[in-house]
Amino acid sequence: MSFDHTMLYLTAPEITLALLASAVLLLDSFLKPSQRVLTYIATLLSLLIVFMVTFATHVDSSLMAFDGQYIRDPMSDVLKLSLFVLMAFVFVYAKDDLRRRGSERGEFYALGLFALLGMMIMISAASFLSLYLGLELLALCLYALVAFQRNSASGSEAAMKYFVLGALASGLLLYGISMVYGATGQLGFAAIAERLQQGQVDAVVMSFGLVFVVLGLAFKLGAVPFHMWVPDVYQGAPTSVTALIGSAPKVAAFAMAMRILVDALPSMQEQWQLMLIILAVLSLAVGNIVAIAQTNIKRMLAYSTISHVGFILLGLIAGTTVGYASAMFYALVYALTALGGFGLLMFISRQGFDAENLHDLKGLNERSPWYALMMMLVLFSMAGVPPTVGFFAKLAVLDAIIRVDLLWLAITAVIFSVIGAFYYLRVIKMMYFDKAECSEPLQASTDTRFALSLNGLAMIGLGIMPSALMSVCASVFA
Amino acid sequence: MLALSDFLILSALLFSISIAGIFLNRKNVLILLMCIELLLLAVNINFIAFSYYLGDTAGQVFVFFVLTVAAAEAAIGLAILVVLFRSRRSINVEDLDALKG
Amino acid sequence: MDMKSIYLTIVLLPLLGALIAGLTCRVIPRALAHWITISSVALSCGLSLYVGKLFLLDHQEVFNQTIYTWMVVDGLHLQVGFLVDTLTAVMISVVTFVSLMVHIYTIGYMSHDEGYQRFFSYIALFTFAMLMLVMSNNFLQLFFGWEAVGLVSYLLIGFYVKRESAIFANMKAFIVNRVGDFGFILGIAAVAMYFGSLDYVEVFNKAPQLSDTSLSIMGDGSWSVLTVICILLFVGAMGKSAQVPLHVWLPDSMEGPTPISALIHAATMVTAGIFMVARMSPLYELSPTALSFVLIIGATTAFFMGLIGIVQNDIKRVIAYSTLSQLGYMVVALGVSAYAAGIFHLMTHAFFKALLFLAAGSVIIGMHHDQDIRNMGNIRKYMPITYVTFLIGTLALIGFPGFAGFFSKDAIISAVHASSLAGSGYAYWMVLAGVFVTALYSFRLFFIVFHGKERMDDHTREHLKESPWVVTLPLILLAIPSIFIGALAIEPLLFGPLFEGVIKVLPQHDVLETLREEFHGIGAFVLHGMMEPPFWLAMGGLFTAWFVYMKKPQMSEDIKQRLLPLYNILDNKYGFDDFNQKLFAGGSRALGSLLWKGGDVVLIDGLAVNGSAKSIGWFSSILRHIQTGYLYHYAMVMIVALLALLFWFV
Repeated sequence: MSFDHTMLYLTAPEITLALLASAVLLLDSFLKPSQRVLTYIATLLSLLIVFMVTFATHVDSSLMAFDGQYIRDPMSDVLKLSLFVLMAFVFVYAKDDLRRRGSERGEFYALGLFALLGMMIMISAASFLSLYLGLELLALCLYALVAFQRNSASGSEAAMKYFVLGALASGLLLYGISMVYGATGQLGFAAIAERLQQGQVDAVVMSFGLVFVVLGLAFKLGAVPFHMWVPDVYQGAPTSVTALIGSAPKVAAFAMAMRILVDALPSMQEQWQLMLIILAVLSLAVGNIVAIAQTNIKRMLAYSTISHVGFILLGLIAGTTVGYASAMFYALVYALTALGGFGLLMFISRQGFDAENLHDLKGLNERSPWYALMMMLVLFSMAGVPPTVGFFAKLAVLDAIIRVDLLWLAITAVIFSVIGAFYYLRVIKMMYFDKAECSEPLQASTDTRFALSLNGLAMIGLGIMPSALMSVCASVFA
Repeated sequence: MLALSDFLILSALLFSISIAGIFLNRKNVLILLMCIELLLLAVNINFIAFSYYLGDTAGQVFVFFVLTVAAAEAAIGLAILVVLFRSRRSINVEDLDALKG
Repeated sequence: MDMKSIYLTIVLLPLLGALIAGLTCRVIPRALAHWITISSVALSCGLSLYVGKLFLLDHQEVFNQTIYTWMVVDGLHLQVGFLVDTLTAVMISVVTFVSLMVHIYTIGYMSHDEGYQRFFSYIALFTFAMLMLVMSNNFLQLFFGWEAVGLVSYLLIGFYVKRESAIFANMKAFIVNRVGDFGFILGIAAVAMYFGSLDYVEVFNKAPQLSDTSLSIMGDGSWSVLTVICILLFVGAMGKSAQVPLHVWLPDSMEGPTPISALIHAATMVTAGIFMVARMSPLYELSPTALSFVLIIGATTAFFMGLIGIVQNDIKRVIAYSTLSQLGYMVVALGVSAYAAGIFHLMTHAFFKALLFLAAGSVIIGMHHDQDIRNMGNIRKYMPITYVTFLIGTLALIGFPGFAGFFSKDAIISAVHASSLAGSGYAYWMVLAGVFVTALYSFRLFFIVFHGKERMDDHTREHLKESPWVVTLPLILLAIPSIFIGALAIEPLLFGPLFEGVIKVLPQHDVLETLREEFHGIGAFVLHGMMEPPFWLAMGGLFTAWFVYMKKPQMSEDIKQRLLPLYNILDNKYGFDDFNQKLFAGGSRALGSLLWKGGDVVLIDGLAVNGSAKSIGWFSSILRHIQTGYLYHYAMVMIVALLALLFWFV
């Protein structure tokens, strides 16, 4: 393997972010607690820089680097750029939340940036090796973040559960990878696809490997029945961390699914399609039904996430470029919507009090009509009410599914969405028709307010003009 | 001469033992961490065996990475364990049931 | 500036004004609210008049372009686009001009009202919605505008949210319009179904191919597709343009503030149906059945609604019934394929009816918001400007030779006379008799309000004075077109080539052609008009009003006693309200409560909704117990699922 300077060009975003994240960590160790805002600014600046670097070096076709370990294609560029935006929202929302909890430490920002690096590597992985490394980098950062509030019993419990199950899942994934490796003798996705194309691969070993790999994938996405960690972690983690876990990693997990299933295992489509159908239907059912019984809003949103994962899977199941584009659109839209929800939740919390339970949202309209409106837009988008963008995301996925004649699946999805609409609308009813239990005014810094409004308005803005984002998603698979 | 299948069976056995450990053990979280280590080692055996019989070094390189990650994972796992013990005064798996439903 | 940006500016400026004034209505001062909206509408009006000039004088090219594609579903393009041609140019000029007048007038009329900023925001929003409606190049946007003007109308009828009658009126307007919209949206759906497109031009081009297609609705009866589409669309127009029997909401809509009655419920929104039918002329031309339907509905409205106007005692209601009757005239014009005459009357009517309403509003201001004409009299002495402008409006309305209404109404009556469509005989007698009735109720109102004895109480009399300039200026500005627009516009609009390619008329329906042959200049038209029966009928109406209400005031009571049954019929508005209230409202409530108790409570709520909700809730509470909280259970679920998948797939 010879060294080629184009590799540096292609991997510039990751290299830049690795350097910047280390710099942020280093910078923070020299700062007094009162100067923590500098770390925050440095983090946002890092995101801006890496955004510009990615944008400046964007590619129009798919290019490989590091001997087939790394791939740069339009899909990875679009996903990475959207990740930077999502992460910027996460950091803006988290800042106030951390300060309120008295745990604003620089490690949050550094861990967040390293998690982002992990996601970028997952997105750009061209072999199981780099995928695994990206995945672990992301997971290790998230384990630490869940336990970030050291004095919180539920936080450490959630972290422990997440850690054990995550490690188990990555062990199973590795086992699957080893099977695929054993059957094909390859780790690179393109090479595996080629080998499968040629035949002479032990089908049993491959199916064995596929089951394990899909399991690892389902765990990352949080699809039923590998979803058990999701509600506990969402509830136990500090809301700022939940916002992180609930948004960007879904996009990375989508990329992972695309890389493994579409890039590496296209010839096993029939098998993984069926597996995903099972996972999707279960996710839609369990997610939407169990969410109804929840009284903790973070837990409710966790189950809502599970049901949305079902929709992302539906797009993949279609197995067409239209389907992939719709799944990508859905993942991006969902990540943004979920962020808005968690951001508003942090906004409603105050000193020594977490807005956790549904009744904390009662009478939000009296306390702050504008942010109640934002919350309503977010919830409408989650429920898929037009003209919010969530409607178009659902429409695109259902359209893709119907085109491949899986009408029953589309109908199932719609029925469960109707059931799901109940718990979103219940929250809206509480915000607008119930009396507030506390009348304390809501406080947040200007940047948070701005970001929240932007986030909420994006739901309606993208809903009125969905074609811009949709065409970007479609173009990367063209 | 050992056949490939011998290694695969060994690895599968270790794998099963570690998984059984994870859901049979209801007492100590530390044992969970040990099981996870065992799980990764079982996978490593798989990789090395395949690598050897395929005559391809990539598998062995993978193992090095897995070992490194496993070390990092253990570090994080133990750190979480410490935090858990501090806040709960217990590392009993059965006590981890505040979050449910 | 290219044409596209001009059109966009025309539409978006009022929206911008409405948004600013509406979103900040609690904080900005009153003056700022009216300055923002008035300047945006004024700019929009200036540009519209410029566009109108380009089309009417300079023969500008037709603009048809898609601005934004919202989405494409199964080949059906849902988009925002503008179609600007002569018809649109006339409409936007009228709409923005009247709207601007009403904006200015509102400063005076609403000066003491709490909801001042809100009101300005609404009327600017209305202007936006109306412009979207008339500038649309597809059915979807038409529907958007259609509903948006309906929404603003609803909001404004119920503007005084604390007045119970206002809430009743806006509910009524809303529900009656829903009936119309039901037909309208079915019509649009039928268009989408049979044409596979919502774009006007595509639909119009394809229409002749479908003229032989038929569908069966119920049983064996087969209907021409185009007839069904046209009648369904016209049902929408009946709702919006208040045609019998969907007219009942319009008189009640007078609960809204007077500027609104002028703008929405006389000059612009209610004419949307007329505009729509004229726009759809390539469809209507292909269906004589639908045209006859239109004709008969219009003729009925024109005569019978005018009659009710004679017995009303609320100044605004008299004018409201007059509006109904005049809308009937426009619809009649559409029915006999004299679309241009309909649009012409729409335009002249917009000016003089807005004038009448605003002048009536001026009287109402003077009377301290008392609207009963029995308490007025001899107001001429106190409000000279209002008096003169009201007189001009009235003369225009009855079609006094030389005034705007004369030209348009005469054109319509001649067109009906020339038509040979089924039902045109009936229509001719109706519109002819309508002329007499119009003159009668108009001058009855005029004499009772402005002449005769002063019947108001002393307190009111002391304060009775001419309204401020913001009120009288729009009156004067509207009085000018009310006099001249007819003479100016008749030749280009009716007999010129302006609507060529815009409005389609089949040769065998072209009644205006007959008029065109007889037309020899405006002077001759006026002279000729003075020898025709409509003129003498109008004079007869005027004279009767003068004789009954001025000369022998006690006579009206006398006549009322003698014709009591007839009076009662009119006073009860032919019983439409009672009928609707008892049969539709009462009947549907009875049916509703039956379904509610029998169907809803037991079956749907009990079993379907609550039952399913309960069972899902119950299921949910069971299912959540799977999530035990124990790590080893979680791991076990994962492993069991893994094993299941392995068994299935390996």
